[in-house]
Amino acid sequence: MARITAGVGSSHVPAIGAALDLGKTAEPYWKRVFDGFEFSKKWIAEEKPDVVILVFNDHATAFSLELIPTFAIGAAAEFKPADEGWGPRPVPVVKGHPELASHIIQSVILDEFDLTIVNKMDVDHGLTVPMSLMFGQPEAWPCPVIPLAVNVVQYPPPTGNRCYNLGKAIRKAVESFDKDLKVMIFGTGGMSHQLQGPRAGLINSEFDNAFLDGLVQDPESLAKIPHLDYMREAGSEGIELVMWLIMRGALDDEVEQLHRFYTVPASNTAVGHIILKNKAA
Amino acid sequence: MSESHPQPYDDIPGTIVFDAERSRQGYWLNQFCMSLMKDENRQEFRADEPKYLDKWPMNEAQRQAILKRDWNGMLREGGNIYFTAKIAATDALSFQHIAALMSGTTQPEYAAMMLAGGRSVEGNRSKTEKK
Repeated sequence: MARITAGVGSSHVPAIGAALDLGKTAEPYWKRVFDGFEFSKKWIAEEKPDVVILVFNDHATAFSLELIPTFAIGAAAEFKPADEGWGPRPVPVVKGHPELASHIIQSVILDEFDLTIVNKMDVDHGLTVPMSLMFGQPEAWPCPVIPLAVNVVQYPPPTGNRCYNLGKAIRKAVESFDKDLKVMIFGTGGMSHQLQGPRAGLINSEFDNAFLDGLVQDPESLAKIPHLDYMREAGSEGIELVMWLIMRGALDDEVEQLHRFYTVPASNTAVGHIILKNKAA
Repeated sequence: MSESHPQPYDDIPGTIVFDAERSRQGYWLNQFCMSLMKDENRQEFRADEPKYLDKWPMNEAQRQAILKRDWNGMLREGGNIYFTAKIAATDALSFQHIAALMSGTTQPEYAAMMLAGGRSVEGNRSKTEKK
């Protein structure tokens, strides 16, 4: 039987990808960020997940305003790194896991989560930056990935509670898949940031650290945070944090925190990172 | 910020929430931005901006905001930051550069603010709280 062993939360700031791709990781500004992922790269290289379910958001790349799916799951055999206007990132093509993706689709839709099914999608920095942070710069990604794109571009994104419960449904789906697979789930985006208007540059470390605490100890309370509070406290783009709740919902009620990292800033954003392991795993 | 349907988030200072109404208002502005994902379109836009904008059924305020690179004006006219950022990329401006312009400062000052921990939420939660 397949099982979810661990969850990873990570910011997906595009400038982090650019710093990697341009070889700036040793510069003090960026070293501070990458150092926070040193443990994580070693850990995941040892853990060797068979599949990663990667919850992220598209940034007006694969989806324009023509089509805005609230939850879109990728069932394709591969997903190409997108050209976001300055050429695709020089990272490997992301291989999918169509068989497990199809199983999840069938299971969670019957569980009343009406996912949009995507069989062709280029993936932008929202997906590839967390991959680079966790897996470094390999020739090929070490495992297949099932992308789950969440709309956070047009308000309202799905509620935190909806995301948390979708995580639970995904877990149920994974556990009913009849192959022995070690699955991990990544929740990406955040932490506090605002990219627009006169309030651009907003950071709220207190909110972010309380969110990281809550992820470990009290996700049920986090799931009740209303959208207004995210926007007010963590910036208009800080609302991306609802995606971390899908990851958390897919884990055990009780988890062990293996690693945690927080720094300000990367470009315009507070960077947060956490690794949570299911105690039984 | 919506005139016709007030929302609780209108109270957040310096922030325009891109909701369904704004998405409808800014549909063509944002779809124009989306076209800049292709290099051939970026070149065509750079060669003659007003002519390129004629291809998109935008109102005059939207056109002027784009031509003047009034980044906050584009947001008020229904632009979304992930879309308008494509104009910045076309202009070879960094994201921090336009973030600085939107918040009324310069890129070096904005970068220094971020290094010092970013813009504080204190005094910035609500228009009633704002000094």
